Amino acid sequence: MYEDFILDKAYFIKVIKDLAEMIEENRDYLTGLDSEIGDGDHGTNLSIGFREVMKNLGQWENENLTVIFKKVGMALLGKVGGASGPLYGSMFMKLGEPAHGKERVNFKEFYEMFKSGIEAVENRGKAVVGDKTMVDALRPGLNAFTEAIESGEKPEKAFGTFLERAKEGSQSTIPLIARKGRAMRLGERAIGHMDPGSASSCMILEVFYRNLLNYKKNY
Amino acid sequence: MRRLINDPYNIVEEMLEGFCKAHNKHVKLLENDGRVVVSKKAPVKDKVGIIIGGGSGHEPLFLGYVGEGFADAAVIGNINTSPSPEPCYNAVKAVDAGKGCLYMYGNYAGDVMNFDMGAEMAAAEGIRVETVLVTDDVYSSTEIKNRRGVAGDFYVFKVAAAKAALGYDLDAVKSAAEKANANTRSMGVAMSSSTLPITGKTIFELEDGDMEVGMGIHGEPGVRRTKIEPADKVVDEILGYILPDLPFNEGDEVSVLVNGLGATPLMDLHVAYRRVAQVLEEKKIKIYNSFVGNYATSMDMAGMSITLMKLDDELKELLDYPCDAPYCVIK
Repeated sequence: MYEDFILDKAYFIKVIKDLAEMIEENRDYLTGLDSEIGDGDHGTNLSIGFREVMKNLGQWENENLTVIFKKVGMALLGKVGGASGPLYGSMFMKLGEPAHGKERVNFKEFYEMFKSGIEAVENRGKAVVGDKTMVDALRPGLNAFTEAIESGEKPEKAFGTFLERAKEGSQSTIPLIARKGRAMRLGERAIGHMDPGSASSCMILEVFYRNLLNYKKNY
Repeated sequence: MRRLINDPYNIVEEMLEGFCKAHNKHVKLLENDGRVVVSKKAPVKDKVGIIIGGGSGHEPLFLGYVGEGFADAAVIGNINTSPSPEPCYNAVKAVDAGKGCLYMYGNYAGDVMNFDMGAEMAAAEGIRVETVLVTDDVYSSTEIKNRRGVAGDFYVFKVAAAKAALGYDLDAVKSAAEKANANTRSMGVAMSSSTLPITGKTIFELEDGDMEVGMGIHGEPGVRRTKIEPADKVVDEILGYILPDLPFNEGDEVSVLVNGLGATPLMDLHVAYRRVAQVLEEKKIKIYNSFVGNYATSMDMAGMSITLMKLDDELKELLDYPCDAPYCVIK
């Protein structure tokens, strides 16, 4: 079933464009979350990064998926800065690797992309679940995605589970004391606030999901 | 918002353009990287390269301390945001004179990730880069390694840069920086938030007339929030945290930095300094020298911080070593 579910380049280009739009729309919301326990720049920095992506996306569209995601990641790495620059930069750079230079992927490869991207975030940030970071959303989400794939769930359902568990993971950061990042130094005062990186991670997954639901052409 | 700017998305680039034009005797922008401010003297033959950096919005930190006898380069991030790895690496390429480079910056997770990636890129080309994180803010954590770096950056950078200027190798320069950091303690008070140019909003809410002792320069919460108190009382409270932390004892000799966060008058800073001097005199702690002014700011934030560095003969010599940077001249 997964081998026949093909996602082509048009899907990914649309996702990247929608990500840029989503970040602009949520810039002040994310910045607001970050003001509560960080330094209030998460939304604006992501917007600086995705503006750079959009400035160049036209020139990248003829490349294969591996190259496109590498360039998106490099742009984020180069422009976003802070902790989210290396984290999202690494994630997007690695996202394209399982596409192995192709212009389309099947759903199994699509799953592998997220596995590769999320592992890159963990390797770069050295955070684990419970540290009050984006890993609290991404890791449980990915684990749920893996289980869904192994038990042969339908693609949309499998990704839906991924997103749902990631959102639960993001919610689960609210009562936590942070063990990474600027919020770490707040101690108990970080309790009661959602980690902004976990929130933006879910928003990013949501864009992939929304486009997946609208993507019926080859299924 | 009471900021005099153009398109907020261009603010960092426009500041850098202006800075490098205004101080063109000292510094220039790196040709291949608009986020690296380099000394016109760099690379200096047979000298360890001194590279400092971090988010912008803390001027004159970091770029104001690039110059002869001080840093060879500053790597500039977006506001309150670490620079990305590439400029960190490009700074190394620009200033390395064959003796390796030292990265120094405040201890923030984002900076550590980006500068580490820059160091990895340099290492891949056989250039040795070491790092010293500044951790002077006493209230930010009970564990020193988790503390953030604030105005103490100034002392740590100054000391290490002088050691490098004297021709010592990378290990010796790194040890001097570590010693300066180990002897330096800071704490501040905030009376208003800075304004983020892109959103036009403040980072945190602080009612007019309120203050928060111990607050970080990015608005990280402090000890308690209260109505603004007299300067002497605030200074006493801050010193009450700083002095026992190292500790600073009777007979010690210190350098004092009373630092403004951007919107606090020099007048007020000197009122605060007066009280610092009184308290230290009472405690029989000798003031070797002092700095009062805006050294590490947070844009339009009102507030100040106090930093003490405990001195020995080596630190005194390094602190006094001549330098000529746009925002620090010592003759």
